[in-house]
Order: sequence, then C-alpha cells, then structure tokens
Amino acid sequence: MADTGQSNRPLSPHLQVYRYQMNSAMSIFHRLTGVGLALTGILLVWWFLAAAISPAYFAFVDGLLTSWVGLLVMLISLLAFWYHFLNGVRHLRWDAVKGLGVGESLRSGWYVLILSVLLSALTIYLVY
Amino acid sequence: MSFKTDYKGVAGLGSARDGTGHWVSQRLTAVALIALGALFIYPFAKALGAGYEAVRATYADPFNALVAIGFFIVAFRHLRLGLQVVIEDYVHSTRALTISLITNALVWRAFAIVGALAVAKIALGA
Repeated sequence: MADTGQSNRPLSPHLQVYRYQMNSAMSIFHRLTGVGLALTGILLVWWFLAAAISPAYFAFVDGLLTSWVGLLVMLISLLAFWYHFLNGVRHLRWDAVKGLGVGESLRSGWYVLILSVLLSALTIYLVY
Repeated sequence: MSFKTDYKGVAGLGSARDGTGHWVSQRLTAVALIALGALFIYPFAKALGAGYEAVRATYADPFNALVAIGFFIVAFRHLRLGLQVVIEDYVHSTRALTISLITNALVWRAFAIVGALAVAKIALGA
C-alpha cells in the first residue's frame, strides 16, 4: 500500500529550498510589522488612558514613551506604520488584479521601501 | 446533480465552515485605515511629549477626537483579524490554538473600547 500516513516529508511552503527574493522578504516583513504594531497599539491606548485619568499618571506614561528607549520604540513603530500602510496599499492593488507582473511588483516594492522612509522622515519633520 | 442543500447555498459557506467575511473585513478595514491612519498619525505625533495640556487640547478638538476613536475601533479590528491568521498559521496544538484564539478575540475588542472611551472622555472634557 502507498504511504498515505504522516511522514517526515517537509510541509509546504518549502522554505529551505525557497530562493530569497524581495517579495517574500517584504511579505514576511509585512506580517512582522503588523504584529509589532499590535504592541504599539497597546502603548497608545495606555497613553490615551493616562491622559484621560490624571496629569500625574499621564506624566509617568508620557515620560516612559518619550524616554530614549520609548522614542526608539516610537521611531521603529513609525517606520513600521508607514511600511505596513504602503505595503498594505500595494496588497490592495494586487487584490484588484493590478501590478502583478514581475517587473512592476518589484518596482512597487522599491516604492514602498523608499516611501516608508521618506514619509517617516516627513512625519518627524512636520512634528519638530 | 448538486449535493448541496439550499441552506448551504444561502449561507455561502464552504468546507472551511467559514465564508469570505474574514477576508472582506480585513480589506474593508485596510481601506478605512488609509484615511484614518493618515489623519491620526500627525496630531498624535505632535501631541506625544508636548505635555498634558497640549494633549488634552489636541483631543478636545472634535475632529481629532473622532479620527482617534475611529482609528482605535477600525485598527484594533484589523489587528485582531490579522493576528488571528498569524495564530492559525503558527499555533498547532488544539489546546493552545483555542486559548490563543479566544484571547485574541477578546483582548483587542477590549483595547478598542478602552481606547475609544479614553479619547471620548478627553474630548468631552470629563
């Protein structure tokens, strides 16, 4: 009889034989930034909640978020936000069956990478 | 001939026992977040570190407050749907999967409510 039971064969996607290319890396990064932004979301709610509770408690939470560690987390979050935002738009275009060619999908990938850095810089420039 | 019952046709559910609702909602919230995210990020970034009074003043503005409330409700829904897929992909034991899916379904709704109410409280000057 054929071996139809569980075996040690690798399950798809066959990551160990999958050649590295931009779109797979950006796909993983989209998921990673999404999970990361969940943690930022928790910090944001905490910050807003503190502002709704009292000036003293707000000073404590705002102090944490604007300490150098906090600002580093916020900077990474800002980059993650614009990356996930732009790459999300890229995915929506793909859902609409647009921009799926090899050349155009690589080009839109570069647009996402470059624009996410530029929009992060613009956000910081507008704020300060 | 089709073995599908009439009910199955109406419900539109396949072998996954789930329709396209999750997929559609993930994308609808994504579209909404293009506007809400872009409008939320600037006043928030400006208010961060600007002090208690500045933050209260920023979200006493009804437009900023409505954007922030909308952002929390939609972003946490988008987040919950996204993390659900991540959990389904990486958590394999039935017990851990059930616990993490239930936690995921509850926690982000709670965060959305707390975030929205916090902004509403500031906006109403309470």
